Amino acid sequence: MPSVVKNSPAVIVPAEPGSSLWSDAWHRLSKNRLAVLGGGMLLILGLVSLLGPPVISALGGASYAYNFTNLDNAFAPPSHLHLFGTDQLGRDLLVRVLMGGRISLGVGLCATFVALTIGVVYGAIAGYVGGKTDAVMMRLVDIIYALPFTIFVILLMVFFGRNIILLFVAIGAVEWLTMARIVRGQIMSLKKMEFIEAARSLGLSNRRIIFRHLLPNALGPIIVYTTLTIPAVMLLEAFLSFLGLGVQPPMSSWGTLIKDGAEKMEEFWWLLVFPGAIFSLALFSLNFLGDGLRDALDVRAAKD
Amino acid sequence: MLRFIARRLLQVIPVLFVIITATFFMVRFVPGGPFTGEKSIPPEILKNIEAHYGLDQPLWRQYLNYLRQIAHGNLGPSFKYSNRSVNEIIADKLPVSLELGALSLAVALVMGLTLGVIAAVRRNTWLDYLASSVGMLGICVPTFVMGPLLVLFFAIHLGWVNASGWYGWPDRILPSLTLGFVYAAYLMRITRGGMLEVLNQDYIRTARAKGASELRIVLRHALRGGLMPVVSFLGPAIAGILTGSFVIETIFQIPGLGREFVNSAFSRDYTLVLGTVILYAGLITGLNLAADIAQVWLNPKLKFE
Repeated sequence: MPSVVKNSPAVIVPAEPGSSLWSDAWHRLSKNRLAVLGGGMLLILGLVSLLGPPVISALGGASYAYNFTNLDNAFAPPSHLHLFGTDQLGRDLLVRVLMGGRISLGVGLCATFVALTIGVVYGAIAGYVGGKTDAVMMRLVDIIYALPFTIFVILLMVFFGRNIILLFVAIGAVEWLTMARIVRGQIMSLKKMEFIEAARSLGLSNRRIIFRHLLPNALGPIIVYTTLTIPAVMLLEAFLSFLGLGVQPPMSSWGTLIKDGAEKMEEFWWLLVFPGAIFSLALFSLNFLGDGLRDALDVRAAKD
Repeated sequence: MLRFIARRLLQVIPVLFVIITATFFMVRFVPGGPFTGEKSIPPEILKNIEAHYGLDQPLWRQYLNYLRQIAHGNLGPSFKYSNRSVNEIIADKLPVSLELGALSLAVALVMGLTLGVIAAVRRNTWLDYLASSVGMLGICVPTFVMGPLLVLFFAIHLGWVNASGWYGWPDRILPSLTLGFVYAAYLMRITRGGMLEVLNQDYIRTARAKGASELRIVLRHALRGGLMPVVSFLGPAIAGILTGSFVIETIFQIPGLGREFVNSAFSRDYTLVLGTVILYAGLITGLNLAADIAQVWLNPKLKFE
């Protein structure tokens, strides 16, 4: 990212010599213990979800595969053999939670990417072109904003099968609106600045001005909001899965595991507690990281 | 003021129209109808059933009929519950959902505002950190984790309340706490931010200089300005509580409209799906509008454009 800023012809903040906006931000972020903790925790969760299941299978044998059923070993409480216990089919819950992490984090990242792409392009165009186009585009955003979108996502998932691609698209389609508003606001205030006028007088194309000069300078808010969108998306996915509309078995996401756990919690508490705790841990980490990034990149907050 | 309200009301009509149309066609273009599941129905009888509900007519005619129907406030008969109209089902279930929503909103407001104001006034003390941690907890522990955990502890372990159902007032406690807590967390953060901004302003210093007591400064001078962001969050919060109750009603087995909606979508009860979508859309857009009006009304800086 720093290379993008180096190439851009202007710096929006009068920086002290030798410390760019980004190195300042990095410095502030690394001093924020909760944010660093959140970032580290996320890395660990991601790595363990990716590498954990094959490693556990390799060490413990085929009975630790996420879809290995053994009814004799159903509902085994947590022990040194199964740290998180086993479920109704005797599957190791730890492996299931890790596999669920792949899905939940994957859905979070992919759907956020969809939302990010739509929102940034839409907001940038509306903000840059301005005038009537902007008015129409933002009015549309206002209208969509007023729709009860969760209800529509539910309908989509019920009627058009519960496939995971559709889940990305449906969630992405809900979450791009705020991003579009944020990017539009940033572009509106940036486009009046002198370096854009300079770029224009050099005869650069509009597309080049937007993508090479305007967006890199709006990157701070975009990053912050992206980090905060991921937990929102993961929550929505889990919400749908909890209602039975998200990921379908034998795959599992954190939402489906929590749903299963909630149904059986009276006798088998671990089925609810472990997936719930890991999911909350991921949300905590993402929110702490997002808050930390906001404080680190928010130039206004740094001044006072 | 009146022009502002009238214009916003006029905007609501096309929005509702788009929702009705989109939902109507989405529901109809989907494979599998409400009667395809029951295999034992002979084709002649199926034909009769479809004719009874008007499903044998061309789609555009069904659409126009439906529009005419709802213009009269009639949402049609339910496809799954024979002999019951959608209006009856909604009249039966909606009060439950509204009661749950209202209680949750009350929990959210009381808890969120109190914690937010305390955190802002006692900034960077242990009280602030405690309130902020509670806020983070509410945002990061989703309702469908919190709810079952509360049931596990208070209903199953301690046996203080029932695990599910909706009979006496003790049955109201856990669901409304669960649903309200999330929004209490958001409200707490927003209140804290808003109050902090206001408490730094000159007119608060003036009030201090005049020797007003701290309590009076907070309640009489700061609160009005500090609550502006809260009012603008009320619209989204109400929408969130209404849709959030789908999950809460499932967890606590509450006979409300949210659970009915999810079930009706699964069983392809077209008319009931359409009816509930229209109702929720109307409720949410209406309450959003009310929140917008309240915001402009309270804040002299904003004008009714």
